Amino acid sequence: MTSLPITLTINGHRHKLEVDPRVTLLDLLRERLDLTGTKKGCDRGQCGACTVLVDGKRINSCLALAVSQDGANVLTIEGVAHGEELHPVQAAFIAHDGFQCGFCTPGQIMSTLGLIAEGQAGDDPERIREGLSGNICRCAAYGGIVEAIVEAQEKLATADRRTAA
Amino acid sequence: MRDFDYIRPATIPDAIAAAAEPGSAYLAGGTNLLDLMKGGITSPERIVDITRLPELNRIERLDDGGLRIGALVRNADLAHDAAFAKAYPAVAEALLSGASAQLRNAATVGGNLLQRTRCSYFHDTASACNKREPGAGCDALGGENRLHAVLGWSDACIATHPSDFCVPLVALDAVVEIEGKKGRRHVTLAEFHLLPGETPQRENALEPGDLIVAVRLPAEAASFAANARYLKVRERTSYAFAVVSAAAALVVDGGKIRAARLALGGVAAKPWRARSAEAVLLGADANAATFASAADAALADASPSGDNAFKIELARRIVVRALISALAGTPERMPALPASPFSNIPGARHDA
Ligand SMILES: Cc1cc2nc3c(=O)[nH]c(=O)nc-3n(C[C@H](O)[C@H](O)[C@H](O)COP(=O)(O)OP(=O)(O)OC[C@H]3O[C@@H](n4cnc5c(N)ncnc54)[C@H](O)[C@@H]3O)c2cc1C
Ligand code: SF4
Ligand code: FES
Ligand code: FES
Repeated sequence: MTSLPITLTINGHRHKLEVDPRVTLLDLLRERLDLTGTKKGCDRGQCGACTVLVDGKRINSCLALAVSQDGANVLTIEGVAHGEELHPVQAAFIAHDGFQCGFCTPGQIMSTLGLIAEGQAGDDPERIREGLSGNICRCAAYGGIVEAIVEAQEKLATADRRTAA
Repeated sequence: MRDFDYIRPATIPDAIAAAAEPGSAYLAGGTNLLDLMKGGITSPERIVDITRLPELNRIERLDDGGLRIGALVRNADLAHDAAFAKAYPAVAEALLSGASAQLRNAATVGGNLLQRTRCSYFHDTASACNKREPGAGCDALGGENRLHAVLGWSDACIATHPSDFCVPLVALDAVVEIEGKKGRRHVTLAEFHLLPGETPQRENALEPGDLIVAVRLPAEAASFAANARYLKVRERTSYAFAVVSAAAALVVDGGKIRAARLALGGVAAKPWRARSAEAVLLGADANAATFASAADAALADASPSGDNAFKIELARRIVVRALISALAGTPERMPALPASPFSNIPGARHDA
């Protein structure tokens, strides 16, 4: 099969690309675009390391064909911070020791952004745990991650209130 | 992954024509198809991407009070649709108990019905499997089969259907709307999935090219909204397929059961409607003794296919517990751990 033309907006930048239809969004990000923050763990939808936001929703980029995402808006871990300033979720993960080896962390952070956007969990630790259950962390930083998410949501809510005022 | 042609048709007739060619497969969310392609379990020559087909991503209320859910509606969007979750709480609970948030954002209604079994021999191309390769034999028979079927299995295949979503759907008389080369037709979900018999490779009523366009729920399905639950036992508390699950829906009036629906998951090659149990429930007093008799009826024809006799007793207990939970009433809010029997449901303790 010959390559097919697609357009993707990734972290705010438009990319016109030619892709082999077999290429997953994950492999496109890592191998072609050098966006290696998104990690490949299981490559089969089981670990969450490859989580990115597509049109604002978290998905496993290892189970998505890049051609099928033509026209989409993709956010990866590289697009989360504002320049040198960390996103409140990133800062909270550091403050609460939410990661150790760093392999699952980008996926955990992207998944957290998805969870907050979905607005289903609030600050209920049980709902946060369930909402993040698609992200497996071998070193079990889970306790810190839950604390980080509670804190980040509080900060984001306060920031929202300030902008509103 | 083997090389394939990729096409993205703009209309339903074009999609059907393309998919009717041998070696074709539809691609919706891709969460099952790509997984199988990566494992070499299936290798389509042509992928027909249906994600841009018009009008398949809508939830519509029908004039007769029924509901029509387009095949491309995402599992997460359906479960989080407030009106849907209120009218069909057990279906929303089943959806939210399946897979992870990331997968539910990609998975579609049509794709969930057609996901393949999680039988580990089916997934291991070095093993013999009649479903993957008709006539090859079945390594699950006499193998690691504690998670295999206890109802409706045959000597050719003892695999189970993994879907959660389909279990309350079959209980509520859902109908699959299919468009094919000869036009549109409706097949009840109860008849849609097939038992293995001698042909385990034939898993459903679809013919080449057939596209699922929608799933319908009849008006009556919403009458169970006040007393409907889905319960699922898994090997860890979340993000795992069911070992056994049950959907129970009741209409209770003055302590008597006026209408009852019951279906089981994880026990057979299809979502298992337990009609004999429904017959026991209908008109009976809503109490633990009735529920125990219903559970016995539901599992009366069950037999182990290997190391899985425990599933029969487990299923009995989950049926009783699902009925007790349904009787206690649909929770106001979705439990933090959807479908978990460990959720805090008043009166849902199993002591039968
Ligand atoms: C790690 C993991 C855990 C999971 N856990 C659960 C779980 O606990 N419970 C559960 O129920 N599921 C679970 N799933 C399965 C998941 O729900 C399915 O993969 C998903 O529902 C399939 O939908 P899809 O749109 O991605 O289908 P696809 O992968 O796109 O398609 C699946 C099949 O359906 C066909 N198809 C799709 N749409 C149509 C259509 N409209 N008409 C005709 N054919 C069509 C495709 O050709 C393909 O054969 C899990 C999956 C993974 C990877
Ligand atoms: S149980 Fe069915 S799917 Fe599993 S190996 Fe046997 S034939 Fe294949
Ligand atoms: S790499 Fe995608 S879920 Fe593991
Ligand atoms: S931080 Fe490495 S596995 Fe969790």
